[in-house]
Parts: sequence; C-alpha cells; structure tokens
Amino acid sequence: MSPDAWEVVIGIEIHAQLLTRTKMFCGCALSFGDPPNTHTCPVCLAHPGALPVVNREAIRLAIVAGHALGCEIAECSVFARKNYFYPDLPKAYQISQYDQPICGPGCFRYLTEDGEKTLGITRAHLEEDAAKLLHLGGEGRRANAEGSVVDFNRGGTPLLEIVTEPELHTGPDAASFLKQLRQTLVHLGITDGNMEQGSMRADANISVRPVGATGLGTKTELKNMNSFTYLERGIAAEVDRQIAILEAGGTITQETLHYEPGTGHITSLRSKEEAHDYRYFPEPDLEPVVPDRTWVEELRAALPELPIDRRERWIREYGLTFEDAEVLSEPVQLGDYFEQVAALAPPKSAANWVRGELRALLRDRGQEPWQSRVSPAALAEIITLVESREISMPSAKAVLGHVVEHGGQPREVVAALGLGAIQDEPALVAIVEQLLADNPVQAQQLREGKDKLIGFFVGQAMKATQGRADPARISELVRERAGAG
Amino acid sequence: MALTDLTAEQSITAIAAGRTSSEDLVRAHLERVEHDDWNNFLAVNREAALARAREIDAMPQRPPLAGVPIAIKDALSTRDLTTTAGSRILEGFRPIYTATCVARLEAAGAVVIGKTNMDEFAMGSSCENSAYGPSLNPWDTTRVPGGSSGGSASAVAARQVPWSLGSDTGGSIRQPAALCGIVGVKPTYGAVSRYGLIAFASSLDQVGPFARTVRDAALLLQSMVGRDPMDATSLDWPDPIVLPTAARLDGVRVGVIEELMGQGIEPGVRAACRAALNRVESLGGTLVPIELPHASYGLATYYLIAPAECSANLARFDGIRYGRRAEATDDLLEHYERTRGEGFGPEVKRRIMLGTFALSSGYYDAYYGQAQRVRTLIVRDFAAAFAEIDVLASPTSPTVAFRLGERTADPLSMYLSDVCTIPVSLAGLPSLSIPCGLSDGLPVGLQLAGPAFSENRLFDIAHALEAAIGFDPSPPGVAA
Repeated sequence: MSPDAWEVVIGIEIHAQLLTRTKMFCGCALSFGDPPNTHTCPVCLAHPGALPVVNREAIRLAIVAGHALGCEIAECSVFARKNYFYPDLPKAYQISQYDQPICGPGCFRYLTEDGEKTLGITRAHLEEDAAKLLHLGGEGRRANAEGSVVDFNRGGTPLLEIVTEPELHTGPDAASFLKQLRQTLVHLGITDGNMEQGSMRADANISVRPVGATGLGTKTELKNMNSFTYLERGIAAEVDRQIAILEAGGTITQETLHYEPGTGHITSLRSKEEAHDYRYFPEPDLEPVVPDRTWVEELRAALPELPIDRRERWIREYGLTFEDAEVLSEPVQLGDYFEQVAALAPPKSAANWVRGELRALLRDRGQEPWQSRVSPAALAEIITLVESREISMPSAKAVLGHVVEHGGQPREVVAALGLGAIQDEPALVAIVEQLLADNPVQAQQLREGKDKLIGFFVGQAMKATQGRADPARISELVRERAGAG
Repeated sequence: MALTDLTAEQSITAIAAGRTSSEDLVRAHLERVEHDDWNNFLAVNREAALARAREIDAMPQRPPLAGVPIAIKDALSTRDLTTTAGSRILEGFRPIYTATCVARLEAAGAVVIGKTNMDEFAMGSSCENSAYGPSLNPWDTTRVPGGSSGGSASAVAARQVPWSLGSDTGGSIRQPAALCGIVGVKPTYGAVSRYGLIAFASSLDQVGPFARTVRDAALLLQSMVGRDPMDATSLDWPDPIVLPTAARLDGVRVGVIEELMGQGIEPGVRAACRAALNRVESLGGTLVPIELPHASYGLATYYLIAPAECSANLARFDGIRYGRRAEATDDLLEHYERTRGEGFGPEVKRRIMLGTFALSSGYYDAYYGQAQRVRTLIVRDFAAAFAEIDVLASPTSPTVAFRLGERTADPLSMYLSDVCTIPVSLAGLPSLSIPCGLSDGLPVGLQLAGPAFSENRLFDIAHALEAAIGFDPSPPGVAA
C-alpha cells in the first residue's frame, strides 16, 4: 500500500496556563524565572492540613475561553482528584476535573486558504500545573541525572486543558488549527501562549486507518511539541512510523510517546499496560462550581470580536488576501495598528505599507509598529500623500524613514526636507528634454520601439530630481517628447 | 478548690475578679500536664504558654477567654509546636502555620499548653493506634479513653486542662467524651474551619470542643465557628453561639431509635440512657419513636468513604518536603515504599489499602459510588426524621471504656464502637455527647443530634439534662 492508502486521524490536547495573578488554589503569585521556591505556601507545598480554595478569576477565564470555543458552559462542574505519586506533585494528587468539566462540547472555527473550517471541541477543564523538576548533571535528562530538585513556583498554576475531537487529518491542518486557537486565547487574555516557555503545550493523539475505513485505528499520544513546526514534524514522523509498522504487517501499541525535536526521534514513555489508574474521585475539599447564569451570559456578551471574525471582515470589507489577513492578525497589537491606519487611508495600501515597508524599516531597530514613533495617523498621512501624488514613492519611503528615526508629522517632514513632488510642469519638461538630448542613442532606440528604455529615462530623471519627480508623469513626458509610441 | 478544678467559665470569672491570673492558671495546669500519668500529651508548650499568659495578664482589656489554658489535638497544625497526628511519619514535625480554629481561639485569649495524643491520623476508637503509645482512661487506667481524640478527652477528665480541642470524623470526639465522662461536641459540617486540621476524611472531619460542662463547650465553640476564606467548605454562621440557660424541656420532641437502644448495646449503657430519657419526660419533653431506615448501612458506607478519602489525603506524606524520611535510596518507588512503610502504622495502612481498592478502576462504582448513594439516603432519612422531632437521642457508644488490647486484634469490633455516631457524621449534622451516668463505675455517654445549625438548641437541651442528671465528672482516684 502507498501512503495515499492511509487516512490520518488526529486529535489535539492543549494545556494553557491561565493569565491569573495568583495560583489556582492558593494566593501565591504566578511567576516565571524567579528564584526557585519563592512563591510557595502551605497549600501549594501540600503541608499537612492545608486546603485548596478556587481562584475565581480562573473560573472567569475558563468561561470566556468556553464561549470562544463555542462550548456549553456547565451549570455545575466538579473538581476531582487525580491520584499518582511523583515528586512534582506534592499532594500526590492533581486537582483536575473529570466527568463534569466546566466547558462541555463545542466547535472551534478557524480559517484556511480554502475558507473557514470547524473542529469539534470535546471539552475544556480546569486543573493545576505540577511543579518543575530540574535534573542535575547528565545533561539535564532524568535518566542520566545525578540528582533531581523541585521548584514549586510553577506548582499550582491554573491550567485550562482543551481536548479536540479526532477530526484533523494532516499535520499542517493541525498546526493551522493550533495557531489560531493560540491566537484566540492570547487575544482574549486567557494565556500568554508562550510555547517555548511551556505556558502553552500541545499533545497529539494520532492514528491511521485505511482510506474508507470508519473505525479508528489504535492511537498513540505524542507529547512535548513546543512549537508549531515541531507539531507538524512530530505528527509526520509518527504517521510514517505507524504506516511503516502496519505495512510490515505489525500492529500499533497504544502508548505515550515523546518527540525529541532535536533528533526527530520518537521514544516510548509508557504503554497502556503501564498506564496509571488515577482513581479519580470528586474533590471533597471543594464545592461544585455553579456559575451564576447571568454572569455567564454577561461574559458571552462582553466577548470582543474574535480573531477569525476580524480576519474574515478584513477579507470581506477591505479586500485583503487570506495571507494579508493572516500576517496582520498576529499579534493582536499589529492588527489593532493596521485597523487604525486602515480607518484613515485605503485599507489595501495600509496593509501593504504595514506588513511591508514599515515592518522592514523597524526590523533592524527591534521594534514593532505599535511601539514605534510612527503613529497610525502618520502612516496614513504618508499613504495619502502618495495616493494623491503629492510625493513620489521614493520620497514616501524617505519620509517614513525620517519619522521612524525622529518622529514628526509627515507633511512637515516633506516640507522640511524638500521632498515634495516637483509639480512645476515646464521644469519637468526641461529635465526630460535635456535627458533625451544627452542620451541620443537611447532616445533613438526608444523611438524605434525599445520600450523598456522608458525605465532608463525615468531612472535618470529620478536621479536628477533626487527622487522628487512623479515617475508616472516622467514616463508620460518621455514618450511624448521622444515621439515614441 | 484547686485551680485545676475550675471550669473555664469559673476561671474567667475568677480572673476577672482578680482572684487568680492567667499565669497562675497556666502554671497549675502545666504542673498536671508535666506529671502525666495518662500519656495524654505529645508536646508541651511550657515557655510559650507562660509568656502568652503573662502577656494576657498585662492587657488592660482582657480578651474573652481571658488566658484560660487549652490542649489541642495533635491533628491540628500549630506553628513551631511539634505536630505529629500521632504518627511516626511526622515525628518531630514543626509546622509553618497555625490552624484557623486554633488561631481564632488564641486571638480570643485561650493559651495553648500542649498537644494531645491520638490514634494515628485520627484512625481508631481507642487511642491505641498512636505511634507514641496509648493514652489511658482516668476512670480506670487499664482501660482506653476512646478515640481517636483520646488524649484530649482524657486530659479534660483528668483536669490537666479545663477544655480541649478534638476532631471528629465518625465519632472521634463524642465516643472518647462518653468513655471519659465529659462533654464532647461535633459541630455541623462546615461550622469550624478545617484549615490546618490534618485531613483524615475531608467530607466528614470536623473540629470541636471537649469540656466538663455544656456551657464551657458552648463558650469554646463560640470563638471558633464561622466562615474561613482558607476553607471552601466552611460556612457563614447564621446566629452566634450563646451560652445555654434552659432548665426545662417543655415542648421538646426527642426522637428515639429503638434499634440503637437494643441489641448490641451493653445493658449498663442501655439503662443509663433509659434513665436519661426518663429525665427528658420529667423535664417536660416528649419521646417520639423514629426510624432511620438506612442508618444500619452507616458503618459500611463510612468504611468505604472515609478510607477512600484518606487514601488520597495521606498520599502527601512521602518524606520529601517534611516529616520522617527512610534511609536514602536511589530508586524513587523504593523511596516511597520505605518511607511510607516505616512511617505508617498497621491501621493506617489498612485504611489506605481499603480506600485505594474502593476507588480503583472497575470497582469505583460498586464501592465508592454506591457508598455515596447510600450516604444520600441517610441524609434524607435524617431530614425526614427532623420534620417530626427536634433532637435525636441515643447512646454515644455501645459500651463503656474497654480494656487496653481488648479489641486491637479485631478491627471490626473496634469499628463497631462508632456504630451510633457514624450515621450522624455521614449526614454532616451537629451532635454532642454528655455523660448520663455510670455503668460498673465507668461513664456512659448520651448522644444528642439535631438538624444542621441547631447547635444552640442542642446546647440548651443538653444543659437542662446535664443539670437534671447531676453527673460528677471527677474520676475517683484522680487527685485534685
């Protein structure tokens, strides 16, 4: 069988750390990079007698996320204890949610070049993150370490776990979904979505089946893909591995796998036989979560425009391409900046300037448009000056460069630097006639139909005017004066 | 009259009148604590207690509890004061914070003079499961004081303290109160914060007072109840606890479960309880026979739910962050096994295993799930009963204090000690035990239980009965 004979089925599980001020069940501050064990208390260290109390802000963020994922928000959800022993879990149980999650079935809309797609969301639930284990010696790997130490700063960080239906079929599609899910969660202030630092993590459940089959093949769970590229590569590697096994007449073992981005290797963490019996049961220290329905509806009503809706609006109303919309939507501040420019200047030009010239100029300075001295109004003014032919394109770029460097109003910069387009028609005619006279050979060739020499004369004219001439007008004058077609 | 004979209420009056000081009171009680014939204390807080007493004595405005000493069950976390929960695994453990209920009592002017012995992690009914040896019953030192709060009960009976704190999961305050001839109160679930109470079974655990009078018990509870932001299951308390004054029981309907007055109850216990019920009638109350159809499943239900919760609650004791750690090993699993194998006693291990099994995949529904369903039925039974009665009366314990070692070989016979108290615990209702007489020279306890938040009513009824019964809480042979 060829690879085309197999259909790939993928479901994703996402863990996103929530942007609360404090931990899920105690008052310790969330932190990243602080000295180890400086944000701890009896609760998150699981001292005898300490009790959890639910962080209301985490509930709010979960409900907002649920709305964005099109989920049902449960009338009543229940925390449960997930029991297992490990040094990063001080209570030896994780407080999670089991059979009654806060967000029930939903449907996430995301955009691809082929248009809008949807992915079923199975559930989303709240839980607490484990502490961080640091392995000393042995290149930081557990197996070779001389010893391990625990930093409890991360322990108890609120997590939202989102589980999708197994409805994805390619790695790129999975990456596209995950990108837009991340964008949505970041946009709503639910998580900072930093995959490298691990504040958002994705695992993929992967199986393959012969094309046309209806049942699902045996799945494996691939962990540790901390970027979109790794997600795609990891899925590709695992799909290849499964197909190779099946084509050789083998069977897939249900297991949890680790993808090593550096080498591309996939190694087994544990098989189904070794799987934990987590002995879930309702957390007796916490009351069920019964959010006020008015509040739930208020949160739904207060939901801002979602990234997908914004992108679809740009494509529909501004005539942007899928790619323009994709580039400009991330991060959200760039989209906001673009919208402010687009309100004052033709949107399509605004898109080109923002994603093109402006970002290119700022890249060297390590700045983003919204952090720069170029206000959206200033950029819109430059675009307007170009559109009205008051300045040439090269002048516009010079003006923008000046504003990037020194700030200021584009009109004033144009005046101060004398960059205004030469409107004096007799002067332009004189320049063109002089050029034709100085370059008789080229002028003759132009007359004989070598049309691309127009460019040569325009170039010379721009040089002579330090870019202040309107190239379109020069081109017209060259044709006219040379007597060319 | 010796200072140690005073009730807490009398002590507060004596201090207010300038007849004694907190320091003198604390010193007198410390004297008895330090000559401990009953193995009631696992830690003594001598210097800190005396310093605090002097501090209170120097206050221009005394706090309500005026510097009266108190003993705290070792299941409650006390900052810098060794807290072991009666277990080897917490040997020498000094907590970094104080339980809310203890902090509230300290703020109200109680002075903690020591930590009392208990069955390991509150699992037991005789105090014999303590890793530090059993406490003894002041009425007869060859007998158990009951458990799990055995040390707290024995210390109050032996006048080492006027009052103390215990915790009650299935009867751990009421049963030792009965066996030691004192008053013990298990409040409504959620009345007292559990923050800092080392958890046994979270959905059942409640902290409550021991005292030699009903009024003292009410006085202590008064300063503890109310919502605590650190305990999500704690409740806003509707009406303040008031000190009871009732002398009559006119119009009070007292429910009696005939099954709990018959088979399985020692004749001496039955007789003393009958006599107390006769007093109810002579005080103007009426006896109403009632049925709790599912109460007989209480013990079985309890021994699934409590071990299930404890199997998770005790999983944190791994010797990594605190507590006793077994000799170093390179293997993580071996570390857990050794530390927990050496640190826990046999009863704790038994219950962890029972609970682990009850929650296991494939068994959850038949055991833990079923137990939760029966618990709901028991809650409904009580709700139906309290539509017809104001208070429920029964023996607290089916027997008087039994001999040391008598039941240790047979866990089931030990579990039966709590057959009368467990159904009330499963329903989360308030109940208390008052002494109602002697059987062969040993105290008998009468349990009274009411609907949620009925503590004031219970105290009034218990106070009226206490006066009518006129029980002398001084064990013979315990020197004044």
